[in-house]
Amino acid sequence: MNERPDSDRTITVAALARVEGEGAMHVVVRDGKVQQVQLRIYEPPRFFEAFLRGRAYTEPPDITARICGICPIAYQMSACNAIEAACGVTVDGPIADLRRLLYCGEWIESHTLHVYLLHAPDFLGYDGAIELATAHRDLVQRGLDLKKIGNQLVELIGGRAIHPVNVRIGGFYKMPTEAELRAFAPRLELARDLALQTVQWVAGFDFPDHEWPGELAALRYPGEYPITRGRLVSTMGLDIGPEEFDQHIVEEHVEHSTALHARIIERGAYLLGPLARFALNYDELSTVARDAAAAAGLAPGERNPFRSIVVRAVEILYACDEALAIIDRYRQPDRPAVEVHPRAAVGFGWTEAPRGMLWHRYKLDEQGSILTARIVPPTSQNQAGIERDLFHFVEEHLDLDDDELRHRAEQVIRSYDPCISCATHFLDLTVDRT
Amino acid sequence: MVSTTSRPKIAVWKFASCDGCQLSLLDCEDELLAVADRVQIAYFLEATRATIDGPYDLSIVEGSITTEHDAERIKTIRALSRHLITIGACATAGGVQALRNYSDIDDYLGIVYATPAYISTLATSTPISAHVQVDFELRGCPIDKHQLLEVLTAFLGQRRPNIAGHSVCVECKLRGNVCVLVAGGTPCLGPITHAGCGALCPTYARGCYGCFGPAEDPNPASLSAQLDRLGVDRVDLIRMLGTFNTGAEPFRAESQRLMTEASSP
Repeated sequence: MNERPDSDRTITVAALARVEGEGAMHVVVRDGKVQQVQLRIYEPPRFFEAFLRGRAYTEPPDITARICGICPIAYQMSACNAIEAACGVTVDGPIADLRRLLYCGEWIESHTLHVYLLHAPDFLGYDGAIELATAHRDLVQRGLDLKKIGNQLVELIGGRAIHPVNVRIGGFYKMPTEAELRAFAPRLELARDLALQTVQWVAGFDFPDHEWPGELAALRYPGEYPITRGRLVSTMGLDIGPEEFDQHIVEEHVEHSTALHARIIERGAYLLGPLARFALNYDELSTVARDAAAAAGLAPGERNPFRSIVVRAVEILYACDEALAIIDRYRQPDRPAVEVHPRAAVGFGWTEAPRGMLWHRYKLDEQGSILTARIVPPTSQNQAGIERDLFHFVEEHLDLDDDELRHRAEQVIRSYDPCISCATHFLDLTVDRT
Repeated sequence: MVSTTSRPKIAVWKFASCDGCQLSLLDCEDELLAVADRVQIAYFLEATRATIDGPYDLSIVEGSITTEHDAERIKTIRALSRHLITIGACATAGGVQALRNYSDIDDYLGIVYATPAYISTLATSTPISAHVQVDFELRGCPIDKHQLLEVLTAFLGQRRPNIAGHSVCVECKLRGNVCVLVAGGTPCLGPITHAGCGALCPTYARGCYGCFGPAEDPNPASLSAQLDRLGVDRVDLIRMLGTFNTGAEPFRAESQRLMTEASSP
């Protein structure tokens, strides 16, 4: 099917593969110009914000985890931050450290899933990791080994890899002993070696020339690479706390999506995630991670979304290094949680999910019943940016035939690691050239 | 590797869900490549863009039915599948999104979406078994990956899966846990909840919150009475029953009974 591209065409992918959740892509070309690009999210809505009303302030960590099986800890941590803020409690010390350690496990597991199973097959010309494994079994097995260590870290602290049970408002139900964590360190040292090999491997892929021209935003907190806290800063001067999110960012409901699109007021689409975190927090990486990034040819000015696979690998390496540092200084506290008493208040919280900043807001009554809840996941914040990027990419590559254009556009989408289960609240690509 | 023609064709389908249960398959890091050697993965979009047309020897279904389109899609999948198993609380009981079943869906739409007319959704979230014949239901929110491997092995070997139907209490005894309810006074759904997690929550010093749904022949009224004696607030008990398996009949019926009791003088 190598017919010459017409000046009018429609390209559709009805169900995007290797993304989390269900979405589609639709591209319309008229008179040789791209007229419309839609990342369609049709995953059926599940109405979390509605049924959280009337629930107890203690329940969102368990309930909102169920928004996403890939990044449940991100939901648990953003929920805790927001509700603790409402109740006037700050959690610090070993409990905050253990939260960061648990979150490192999720970064390792989620990023490795994306790098090896979802994204790398695009660069190597395979339909998926199972097909890749027929030719390069050792490579896929390395990815699975690394992912397993991330999952084991989550299991050790949280009880299980998906929807961990040990997280509560105020901290944990049970703290691990120092000996339990120390015994895990050799596995993390192995993971750090595998992660370094991963950075070196993906750095050697062929990357198309392409650049995201717009704003990048990520959390920033002095002295640490952002995971569990910080202010939201951007490459265009944004610098806000979680309670100011609403005044700077609007969510719009568009017809082709069950996810809401977010825009920075006055400037428009922005992107969150590994590329943004790296651009804004390069100086906060550990020496091992920064050296590996430099050797892989990455600089803080990196704007090619295809190279986000290299940044993801660097972040896996960082997460292993950081986890080891936390284990090294861990001392088991007397109590697993601080007491959190409800009060009538509004609380805001955010953290860096693997795919970018995840914002929660809860309004509580004096008994701690939830009056209203709002959750803005990274993929719905990125959706407008992904569409804008896809628009430019298709515009630059109209010489390709439909099949090739469809395949390459899918790859653009996958480089952003969209999580459609989260945003719907996926992907099918339609290109309409008439 | 067994030849392509004799390897059974497996398909993995997603409906309304968090992706966590099918992720459990990719989380079988030690077994995934061995499983892939023995079966043809004919449809598994989260893992590969390559698809093979049906019919399928085994369909694995995640998620609940919440749209007209999905209610039709599951019938097509059933017609193409020799065996069909459902995995997880969404597919077996409607999931946490079944909380909508007790509310006005138009109110829900208005809370989440500015333009509800753009959204097509059913007023209910229902399990797959409410729409088509299901050959086996594997419970859990999320499922346990070792149980998933047992079910896959059983279906590929043409035998019944060996999945115990007893309660979490039995698993606590097997682990040697001290009872969080009797000894610790912590509200716990373990006595009426299906085993499979290995009594995780009590092991982590908290009460079971029922994510594996009802055990075989549960006695929820007896547990409610026990929790009453502990001084657990009825509202909290109704919340406990009405979460990840709110649509599972024994949990639904008991919370209904408690609500009726609470509203009668």
